[in-house]
Amino acid sequence: MSGADKNALIWSRWRGSREGGVWLIASAISLSLVLVLGMILLLAVRGMGYFWPSEIIAFEYREYREDPWMPVQGEVVGREDVIAAQLISAGYELESDQGTVERWLIKVGNRDVGPSDFLWVLRQHTRALKVPEDVAVIERLEWGNFYGTISELHRGDERIGRAQDGSEALMDALRESIERAEALRIQVREIEKHDIGTINAALNALRLEERGLNLRGEWSPEHAARLERARQVQQQAFEQLSGQIAELREQLMRDSISVVDAEGARHEIELEQIVRVLVPNRMGVFSKLAAYLERIWEFLSDEPREANTEGGIFPALFGTVIMVLLMTIFVTPGGVIAAIYLREYAHQGMLTRIVRIAINNLAGVPSIVYGIFGLGFFVYFVGGEIDEVFYSENLPAPTFGSPGLVWASLTLALLSLPVVVVATEEGLARVPKSMAEGSYALGATQFEMLRTVLMPIISPAIMTGLILAIARAAGEVAPLMLVGAVKLAPSLPVDFTFPFVHLDRQFMHLGFHIYDVGFQSPNVEAAQPLVYATAFLLVLIIIVLNLLAIQIRNNLREQYRSLES
Amino acid sequence: MSGDKESAISVRDVNFYYPGRQQALKSISMEIPTRQVTAFIGPSGCGKSTLLRCFNRMNDLIEGTEIEGEIIVHGTDIHHPETDVSELRRNVGMVFQKPNPFPKSIFENVVYGLRLQGIKQKSELQDRAERALKGAALWDEVSDRLHQNALGLSGGQQQRLVIARAIAVAPQVLLLDEPASALDPISTLRIEELINTLKQDYTVVIVTHNMQQAARISDFTSFLYLGEQIEFGQTQQIFTNPSEKQTEDYITGRYG
Repeated sequence: MSGADKNALIWSRWRGSREGGVWLIASAISLSLVLVLGMILLLAVRGMGYFWPSEIIAFEYREYREDPWMPVQGEVVGREDVIAAQLISAGYELESDQGTVERWLIKVGNRDVGPSDFLWVLRQHTRALKVPEDVAVIERLEWGNFYGTISELHRGDERIGRAQDGSEALMDALRESIERAEALRIQVREIEKHDIGTINAALNALRLEERGLNLRGEWSPEHAARLERARQVQQQAFEQLSGQIAELREQLMRDSISVVDAEGARHEIELEQIVRVLVPNRMGVFSKLAAYLERIWEFLSDEPREANTEGGIFPALFGTVIMVLLMTIFVTPGGVIAAIYLREYAHQGMLTRIVRIAINNLAGVPSIVYGIFGLGFFVYFVGGEIDEVFYSENLPAPTFGSPGLVWASLTLALLSLPVVVVATEEGLARVPKSMAEGSYALGATQFEMLRTVLMPIISPAIMTGLILAIARAAGEVAPLMLVGAVKLAPSLPVDFTFPFVHLDRQFMHLGFHIYDVGFQSPNVEAAQPLVYATAFLLVLIIIVLNLLAIQIRNNLREQYRSLES
Repeated sequence: MSGDKESAISVRDVNFYYPGRQQALKSISMEIPTRQVTAFIGPSGCGKSTLLRCFNRMNDLIEGTEIEGEIIVHGTDIHHPETDVSELRRNVGMVFQKPNPFPKSIFENVVYGLRLQGIKQKSELQDRAERALKGAALWDEVSDRLHQNALGLSGGQQQRLVIARAIAVAPQVLLLDEPASALDPISTLRIEELINTLKQDYTVVIVTHNMQQAARISDFTSFLYLGEQIEFGQTQQIFTNPSEKQTEDYITGRYG
């Protein structure tokens, strides 16, 4: 038998057998699973690896033969092989034009001193490669990381520790100073955000009251005197707090360190500026793990710094979750009522058919169109009207007439409405007619029947709709840019000043954050791992929200299990 | 006719049409006596269920149906504009072919109709639930698990639960639409025994496919065929000495 015949025989047996179909389906499923897992894995590795304190290397480097050797130290962020010929055509001098050349991406930091944060170097252009013991990574609030050897710690005019006297003692003293600075910084931030925020709100309220009185023509000297007194009270409180802040800042300026960089130059760094100091080459696996977890926690809980390329993403995380929750609150009643009306009340004719088709088509409208609609209708029209009626004192500065949380939630609610309507309608269609008949036969009106029998039975189906709605809305970015998501929101949409939930505020969103960090950032190399980490987090959030909804649905389903068989 | 028995439901010259003027009942007239079991028999599609569902206006739920003639239930013209449909349905309970307990607890199923009437007092609800479950011969089996899901009961128990649910609101008439056709023989027997005791308090109207069942449990029988009432009379007489040839043919199994 020839090979071709053999193959044909195997193929025909394969097609005829039942196992063939099973195998086909199984491989299709595994392919999808592998793709999904692969995506999550890629995001996790690329994103989460960023937080691991990596080894610091030092070497000398020159790009061209006539250049002097230049000392470099920093973290190796990436390694890749480049085709030699390609580099030669780009103007590099290489030993040979054959094969490939290893190229490193080094994070050298010291942005306030050197020309750039990152450096591409060719392996063959380096010499005297070593792993220095005592080079520290100093994470700062501004200007990014500083790489250098800590030589001295100053407290006021006094020198507390020197590297020569033993680095252990120096590091302990430094740790203590960092903790103190951190505590002071938190105090300052508390006062600025909380106390001064309250005063600002009070002053703003007084200003609005004055304008309101003026607008209504009720302005009188008594009012003027009263408002002036109130304003002075606030002003005094403000001055007192400013004094406190100045004092705290004074204390913050007390400590500083001297750091020697790769070229041997000394730099003074105020401890006020320092977030964390690590000496990676001296750390064991466990202390590296501790630092890793600490950095991840910072990423999750802190506010972004340096044009979003450093610090955390907490405001975006918070904004995403609160926006999705609000959207759920908006979309549920709307979608459920629409579905019940369509199926239970409306006459089933041409018109309901057209409405159904329209709803299904809405699901296919590009999301940016919803963004435009939200901007035109919600923000400018509805928000503008609200401002004119309720916040006229504040005009021309808009309150609800500008993009904000509530409008973003409403826009996304509209976007995911079809999903909820369709899922609810399917749920209603699955309920046996005998349920409604049983209720009617006991004297229930249609509304009573819906409330007491149908609604509980279809609640799992409604949850299914919500799960799909959340999945669609949480990942949406395009419409949000128009109706409320911003690059950097000064305050969270929920805080301690009345009315606590500020629906009119702009907010940060993980999806938009990814776009902003990835495409609008001035520091591309620094932003890249953050993009992966944020994307990974966004996926996690969507998974968590979905699991939550699925859990609720399963609980509901448990009660009606026998109905579905 | 029933003679000394007062009639619970008077049906006078009723015609019924499904959408598209499909006539399902053709000038039906009958007097259904109080506190007796009346059975409707006849082949599939003869209109017996349709007629039953006219008595509590369940057919209103189907869009495009029309009814002509008069149905009087305990002195009330059920189609009079001032008649409250909910009131009528509380007065005329109904049990369907397939047991349809709500996906709630046994207790909540039984008190469903009472809650609709606005009764909120816990003790009264418990009292009436117990009475209804005893009336439906289910109390002994479920008294210790009233708050478990009703869907966990067996088919026969579910059907008795539905009967308890119907009698909890104290109706005068009980309509049973083939209540035992989806049940096993033992459950069927229990339902039949139950019907026998129910007639002491309620007027029972039952639709059945099963001739023996009709003969066993009913006092009066109406034989319908193709939307027309062929014969109405005491069950014993219909089964032993029918006056119409068609009735005899059906009962002896020559068609249907």
